[in-house]
Amino acid sequence: MAIDPKLADELKSQGVHVTSFEQLINWGRSSSLWPLQFGLACCAIEMIAATMAKYDMARFGAEVFRPSPRQADLMLVAGTVTKKMAPQVVRLYNQMAEPKYVIAMGACAISGGPFKDGYNVLKGIDRYIPVDIVIPGCPPRPEALLEGLLKLREKIANEKLLGKNRARHADPNGAASFPVPEYGPHDLNPPVNREVWNPPTIVREAGGGDA
Amino acid sequence: MNVEIESILELVRGALPDVVISLRKNPGPSGQHSLLVEASSLVDVCRFLRDQLEFDLLSNVTGIDWPEPAKADKVAVDETEGAVSPEEGFLEVVYHLFSTTKRVGPLVLRCRTADRRESARVPSVVSVYRSAEFQEREIFDLFGVNFTGHPDLRRILMWDEFVDHPMRKDYVAPDDYEYEPTPHDAVLEKAKRHYPAQS
Repeated sequence: MAIDPKLADELKSQGVHVTSFEQLINWGRSSSLWPLQFGLACCAIEMIAATMAKYDMARFGAEVFRPSPRQADLMLVAGTVTKKMAPQVVRLYNQMAEPKYVIAMGACAISGGPFKDGYNVLKGIDRYIPVDIVIPGCPPRPEALLEGLLKLREKIANEKLLGKNRARHADPNGAASFPVPEYGPHDLNPPVNREVWNPPTIVREAGGGDA
Repeated sequence: MNVEIESILELVRGALPDVVISLRKNPGPSGQHSLLVEASSLVDVCRFLRDQLEFDLLSNVTGIDWPEPAKADKVAVDETEGAVSPEEGFLEVVYHLFSTTKRVGPLVLRCRTADRRESARVPSVVSVYRSAEFQEREIFDLFGVNFTGHPDLRRILMWDEFVDHPMRKDYVAPDDYEYEPTPHDAVLEKAKRHYPAQS
């Protein structure tokens, strides 16, 4: 049942706070995101800078970097995900307790970045796990990371816990873990998880490349 | 300080008369000449250079793939007249030696394998220079050179199940390029293979 925001404001001015369980739970979740402490490349340096005194990620309740996936609810994929590292990243994601969120930080974690044409770099972590927020940059400034964090807080605050459009973690049929790719003779096996990653089909003019 | 490679060549030839070693001139502006050592005498030459000539630091080991052997001799010219380049392609391992006591270097050694397939073998110099261990593993991983006598020859960068050698010129990367918003040049060629068939 929705609360009339006008009525809630009026009651608030009288010292009565009206809320719903959904809002309360989302408020709690969004205000204490504990990131998983791991970094993959140079983006991790910016991530570290964002947690230190000058940028102070603690202002947004996300300073408690946990060294165990069991205690973390935010995975910051900060850096290049090589194909050798990808199974470990997916395994860490699977070990995190629900609700869990993923921020892909930097060009490499989003798409492979400058190494996209290489043989050993995964062309985006979203090929294996669902990504909530992407932060472009190479590497992104700490301010950009904080902006991404605020966007994630916004997203969590508006999550539905019941009904048809509820969040993945609130859905009993929603996937909590995803298959860990295996090392194959030429590439990871499977090279992409189709349940997670479906790029748009590009329709181009004859000749291609100009459209 | 640059090494006086001619005098080093004379010293090596004087001390080890059996080794097959030749000077490769680099005609480029860097003028970084090198010594081409036969694989069978590589370890002896390294030990002599370390113990007698004080080349105590092996700073770098790297590989080169030469699918077309004639090109290899354009880059580094053999000083001996009438030397013919091998028929088949080969892999080359390049060593950069420095002397920290004499403050000279780099002394560049080259060593070639017989071919790029079964006989892609070079003796390991780990027994002389311990620092070669990881670098030889890397060359084994990326070029597929087998270092005989290496204590722990495993892949170091790629995973163990991987079978290719990515730095070889005939390596074909897995075709996992499905979506590219603005392809161009070589990437366009790659991306075109994934376009829907034109009707």
